[in-house]
Amino acid sequence: MPTTYAETYFPLLIQILIALAVAGGMIGASAFVGRKIKDRVKNSPYESGMEPVGNARERYSVKFYLVAMVFILFDIEAIFLYPWAVVYRELRLFGFFEMLLFIALVLCGFFYIWKKGVLDWSTEAHGEREQENKRVA
Amino acid sequence: MIGNYVPHGVEYIRILPEILLCIFGILIMVLEAVTAEGQKRMLGVLALVGIVVAFAANLYAYTVPGQAFQNVITIDAFATFFRGLVLVVGLLCVFASLGYLRRQHAESGEYYSLILFSLIGQCILSTANELIMVFIGLEISSIATYVLAGYFRDDRRNNEAALKYFLLGSFATAFLLYGIAWCYGLTGSTNLNEIHRVISDPGLRPPVVLTGIAAALILIGLLFKVSAAPFQIWAPDVYQGAASPVTAFLSAGPKAAAFAVLLRIFMTGFGSFSFRWAPLLWSIALLTMIIGNFAALTQSNVKRLMAYSSIAHAGYILVAITADSQLGIAAVMFYLAAYALMNIGAFVVIGHVAAKNERYVRIEDLAGLAKRQPATAALFALFVFSLIGVPLTGGFFAKFYVFRAALEAHLVWLTVLGLATSAVAAFYYLKIVVAMYMKEPGESMADLAPLSSGTRVAVWAAALGTLILGIFPSVLLPFLSYSASMLGRQ
Amino acid sequence: MHHVPLSWYLILSAILFALGIAGFIYRKNIITVFMSIELMLNAVNLSFVAFAYQLRQVDGQIYAFFVMVVAAAEAAVGLAIILTVFKNRKTLQIDEIDSMKL
Repeated sequence: MPTTYAETYFPLLIQILIALAVAGGMIGASAFVGRKIKDRVKNSPYESGMEPVGNARERYSVKFYLVAMVFILFDIEAIFLYPWAVVYRELRLFGFFEMLLFIALVLCGFFYIWKKGVLDWSTEAHGEREQENKRVA
Repeated sequence: MIGNYVPHGVEYIRILPEILLCIFGILIMVLEAVTAEGQKRMLGVLALVGIVVAFAANLYAYTVPGQAFQNVITIDAFATFFRGLVLVVGLLCVFASLGYLRRQHAESGEYYSLILFSLIGQCILSTANELIMVFIGLEISSIATYVLAGYFRDDRRNNEAALKYFLLGSFATAFLLYGIAWCYGLTGSTNLNEIHRVISDPGLRPPVVLTGIAAALILIGLLFKVSAAPFQIWAPDVYQGAASPVTAFLSAGPKAAAFAVLLRIFMTGFGSFSFRWAPLLWSIALLTMIIGNFAALTQSNVKRLMAYSSIAHAGYILVAITADSQLGIAAVMFYLAAYALMNIGAFVVIGHVAAKNERYVRIEDLAGLAKRQPATAALFALFVFSLIGVPLTGGFFAKFYVFRAALEAHLVWLTVLGLATSAVAAFYYLKIVVAMYMKEPGESMADLAPLSSGTRVAVWAAALGTLILGIFPSVLLPFLSYSASMLGRQ
Repeated sequence: MHHVPLSWYLILSAILFALGIAGFIYRKNIITVFMSIELMLNAVNLSFVAFAYQLRQVDGQIYAFFVMVVAAAEAAVGLAIILTVFKNRKTLQIDEIDSMKL
C-alpha cells in the first residue's frame, strides 16, 4: 500500500512523463523526418476550413446551434449508461430491459427531431428558399 | 441485497399516472411529427384522453397506498389529492387551449405534450418523498412550462415572459438544489423520513444552524415557485406575458404542486423544526398578502391584476401553513382546490375577451360584457366573487378555513391583518365587475367571438366546481382532514 | 495519505455559488446571467461529490449526474428562449427587455 504523498501520486507522475514523451517525440519526429514546404496556404493558421482572417464576431447560422444542442442532449443522456453498466451484473434481466426502455424513449426523441427536419441540413434550406419564393410571388 | 433493487409490480401501479402521462405525451410528440396540418386538433383530444386515463389511474393507485422505488415516492391520501388536483388543472387548461389555439391558428402537438410533461413533473412533486425526486419533478414541470410561457415565438410579450420565467425559475432551482446538497451532507440521506429520523435524534443530530441554513435554502427555492414575497417579482411579468390558457395553467398547477412539496418537506422532513421557522413564515405570509393586494390596486391590465391577486392568494395559503396544524394543512388543500378552479375560470374568460393575439387585456376592455354575453359575464362575476371570498362560492370557505386554522393556532394578528388586506382586495376585484355590468360596450366587444366549445367546457366546469365547493364543502373536507392527519404522522 | 479536507471543497463550492448569485444580479447580458446560473448548479455539484466522498456513498455522485442532465436540458430550453428573444428585439441587454413595466 502506498503510504506517503509522493508514493500515492507517483504513478500519475509517470503517466505525465510518458504523455510528454509521446507528444514531444511525435512533434520532434515529424520536424526531423518530414519534408518542409513553405508557401502561403501552408503557413496560414488552420481554422477547420473557415476563413482565418476576418471579423471574429460574425454570427453563425442558427442551424449550428440547433445541431450542437441536439448533440449535447443526446450526448448527456449517455451519462446514465455508466452507473448502469457498473451494476448491470447485479440487476440482470431487469436492468437490461429497463435500459432498453430508456433507449427506446431516447429514440422517440430522435424520431421526433428527425421528422421535424432538424437533421436535414440542405433540404431544409431548400424548403425555406421555396417558401421565400412563394412569399415573393 | 440484489433483490432489493428490482421493484415489485405494485410499485409500478403506484406511479401508473406518471407512466400513462409519459406514454401519451411521447405519443402526441411522435404523432405531431407525422400529422397533417389540419388534424392537429386530434392531438389535443388525445391529450384530454391521456389526462382522464391518468386521473383514473391515480384513483386506482390509491387502492394500493405505500412507498415505492426505495421509498422515493409515497402514495397516500395527500399525494392522491394533489395528483388529482393538478390533473384536473391540466384537463381544464387543455379544454381552454383547444379553442384558444384554434383562434390563433397555432394548433400543434408540442403544446399538448408539453402540458402532459409538465403534469408528470407536478405529479412527481405531489408524491415525492425524497429530495432528489423533488428536484427532478420540479425541473420536469418547470422546463416544460418555460417553453409553454414562450409558446408564441413571434410575440414579444410571450418571449419576455418565457425569458423571465426561465431565468428566475432556474435561479430559484439552484437555491433549492444547494439546500438539498447541504441536507444530504448533514444527514447522509435525501429521503425525508430518514432526514426526519436523523434530525430528531439527539445523538445523530447535525448542528442546528447548518440544518437551518439547508432548510432555508430549500424554502427560498420553493417560495420562488409559489411566488411568495419577497420572491414574487417574476410573477406579474410572466402572467401578463404568457398566453391566457398557459397563465391559467402556470398559476394553478405548478403552484399547487410546489405547495404540496413545501408541506411534505417541512411536515415530514423538518417537522421537529417547525417552531423555528414559524416567525419567518408569519412575516412572509403577511408581506405576500400586503404586496399582492396593494400592488393589484393600481393595475389597469387585467392579467397583471390577476397576477398580483394570485400572489396575494399565495399569502393566504402561507397563513394556513404558518398555523402548522392538521387543520392548517387541510385548509391549504381546500384553498388550493378552490383557488385553482376560480383562477383558471377567470383567466380563461380573460383570454376569451382578449380576442386574437390578446389585444384587449385592459380592464376597460371588459366593459359591456354583460350586455353582449350575459352568461360569460355572469360566470366571470362568479369567479371574481369567489376570489373575493363571498359566501356560496369556494373562495369563501377557503378563506374561512385558512383563517380559522390561523385563529386556532393563536395567530390573531396575522388573521386580522390578513382579513384587512382581503377587504382591500375587494376594491380591485369589484372594478372588474363594475366594468362588465355598468359600462357601455367599446371596441373590444365588437370583436368578441362566441365562446368556443372547448372554452365553454372549461369555464362551466370551473364554475360548477367553485359552486360545489362553496355550497357543499363537506364533499372534500373529511378526505382532506384524513390526508392531513396522515401527513403529520409519518 | 494526505486528504484535501471536506471543508475546502465546501468553501470553494460556497464561493462559486456566491459568484453565481453575484453574476445573476449584477450582469446585464442575458447569456452571462444564464452562465451564472450554470455556475451555481456546478457549485452544487461540487458539494454533492464532496459530501459523497466524505460519506463514502455513491449516491451523491449519481445526484451530480442527475443535476448535469437536468442542467443540459435547461440549457437547451434556455438558449432557445434567448434566441427567440434576440430574434424579436435584436438585443441581449437584460434591462432593455421591459415591455411590460407599468
